[in-house]
Amino acid sequence: MAKQPRVAQAEQDPKVRATNFEEVSLGYTIEQAMLEASRCINCKNPRCVVQCPVSVKIPEFISLVKAGDIAAAAKVIAEDSSLPSVCGRVCPQEEQCEGACILGIKGESVAVGILERFVGDWARKNNVNTVSAMPSNGNKVAVVGSGPAGLACATDLAKLGYEVTIFEALHKPGGVLQYGIPEFRLPKDEVVAAEIANLTKLGVKIECDVVVGRTVTIQDLMDKEGYKAVFIGSGAGLPKFMNIGGENLNGVVSANEFLTRANLMHAYDDSYDTPIYTGSKVVVVGGGNVAMDAVRTAQRLGAESHIVYRRGEAELPARKEEIHHAKQEGIQFDMLTNPVEILGSSEGWVEAIRCVKMELGEPDASGRRSPQVVKGSEFDIECSLVIMALGTSPNPLIVSTTDNLESNKWGCIVADDSGATSRSGVFAGGDAVTGAATVILAMGAGRSAAAAIDTYIKNL
Amino acid sequence: MDIEAPRVAASAQPGQFVIVKVDEKGERIPLTICDYNREEGSVTIVTQVVGSSSQKICDIEEGEYIQNFVGPLGKPSEFIYENIEELKSKRVLFIAGGLGTAPVYPQVKWMKEQGVDCDVIIGAKTKSLVIFEEEMAAVAKNLYIATDDGSAGFKGLVTQKLKELIDNEGKMYDVVVAIGPMIMMKFVAITTKEYNIRTIVSLNSLMVDGTGMCGACRVSVGGKTYFTCVDGPEFDAHEVDFDEAMRRQGQFRTIEQRKAKAEQERREGHKCNIGLH
Repeated sequence: MAKQPRVAQAEQDPKVRATNFEEVSLGYTIEQAMLEASRCINCKNPRCVVQCPVSVKIPEFISLVKAGDIAAAAKVIAEDSSLPSVCGRVCPQEEQCEGACILGIKGESVAVGILERFVGDWARKNNVNTVSAMPSNGNKVAVVGSGPAGLACATDLAKLGYEVTIFEALHKPGGVLQYGIPEFRLPKDEVVAAEIANLTKLGVKIECDVVVGRTVTIQDLMDKEGYKAVFIGSGAGLPKFMNIGGENLNGVVSANEFLTRANLMHAYDDSYDTPIYTGSKVVVVGGGNVAMDAVRTAQRLGAESHIVYRRGEAELPARKEEIHHAKQEGIQFDMLTNPVEILGSSEGWVEAIRCVKMELGEPDASGRRSPQVVKGSEFDIECSLVIMALGTSPNPLIVSTTDNLESNKWGCIVADDSGATSRSGVFAGGDAVTGAATVILAMGAGRSAAAAIDTYIKNL
Repeated sequence: MDIEAPRVAASAQPGQFVIVKVDEKGERIPLTICDYNREEGSVTIVTQVVGSSSQKICDIEEGEYIQNFVGPLGKPSEFIYENIEELKSKRVLFIAGGLGTAPVYPQVKWMKEQGVDCDVIIGAKTKSLVIFEEEMAAVAKNLYIATDDGSAGFKGLVTQKLKELIDNEGKMYDVVVAIGPMIMMKFVAITTKEYNIRTIVSLNSLMVDGTGMCGACRVSVGGKTYFTCVDGPEFDAHEVDFDEAMRRQGQFRTIEQRKAKAEQERREGHKCNIGLH
């Protein structure tokens, strides 16, 4: 029997999609999903599950897809993940489940991500009720932040019967899923809002517009409002800048600002009041997934858009798929290039970014070859907007307003593997603890903390 | 207007601000807290139309709802952490410009409640634009009004009034707090520098989230970059780069004005279909 190759999913034509904000990848049909599912050999010791931070029972759900019982597959995933449509779209599967797939050794791994997305989307469209909560145990738990870590923690606690309230600082829940990841990779209403709505069906309350540390403190939540435990999943929202000349010129923004305007504030939609500026040529500094999201957003807003990155293409930290998509859409990659100054007009607007050429030297502590400046290689790239996508660090607000909550020199909250912090009853996980990482790692941390909170409260 | 927002009212301190988003499609607009009533759970804000989103806030009628109201944000004024006895020994002057009078009021009121006497100068273009005069008179030791056209009080700028108080009326101050248009704060800073008076300003930079996430509100203070939303909004006036701050504040002016104009045209072009006018 001829081997069935990995089933490709349909995508919007690159030329067309580079001008709109609709989703790039279109997912599987049920026939495609069942065909792809038939490739899974159902390993006895599934390496994919071990590599999944939330331990989704991958072979089990895939065999149900193969049999065409998608509702049952959805219930299997829901035991471990409340966000299948999100994770199917944004997880770095190539480093996790798919990276570990036996089929991937000699050929192509099973498309676990696309299958998960298919199951999540199908379940939503067909109103499959995947989860149910135990009766209330009367214990209140507060979750700070409605991003992936908080949502995962809240889901598990609600299933166990806890009365969970999530406090979100912004006006819409979802954290980075809402403000960071663009619509064309992760539809907001159709996917993010819908999966979050499943949480409210479990009885989870979400209070938006509450900035913990300002509107209310952790201490008050525990002492005055009767929360037995608090989970902090406030993410890593503080943008980094390069500290080079000209960074405060008009037309230099953080990727966070640019993406928040575009995603959370819908600046690409003219019926919203949000202003956004690109001008004719945009330079995005950085090479991670956020840089790719920013540059592809700028391109869609009509500007010629470039990535400027100090290392080589092989070192780009973004997912291969994102780089591939960006190239298809006409993004230009200026590799081994590092900005040294931003130049402005007499009115204080960006006109160009001055860069130097880099070459790769010996591998550094991280194992990556460290870039070194090529002497005398200074040159200017004319541009109208510079977007800094250099990473983010945790917001100091909660640490600075909570007594006895230990943090490290990077401002990350110190927590053990279960999420326990230096303060009794206060747990933390996700980017707030690790610094900027992935959606799924944050979800894994949220789940571990939920289990630890359950144990903690039972022993009170 | 007074907004019912119990959580915000319970935590608000002088110097802090809120972010208001009036409806689904509106912008997030930072507004300084003018007053708060912890018992009633309400917060007072004052707005002025600059773009289409602020127009929407001003169109809100009593009893209607604002979709999002988040705060209190930013650091409270530094004097709330000071020793009250020491504070009482200080000669404090507040300078309020235009709409900036509103956020000055809770600070002066707080001082009065602690038994600290303060002088206040309110500056405005003309008499009809002087706000909070009565409220301010009730909490200030001496209240001076300065209008550009002389229609009320002193004829001239707040900086000229300040000079007059010091040079001709034998006044002197240890601290000046100035809140108003960026250009006024800039010139107050220049003036107080001459007299070597410590001066605090409250910056109204552009913001998106107001929690330290976007960096739109970057400001140079003493040569270092700060975020107005989390490091401020109050800064040492003599260290602030006002020219940069004013330039950054105007970044979206053309886009904003275009949207506001379109909104205005839409309104004016609107024909009432139910025969009201």
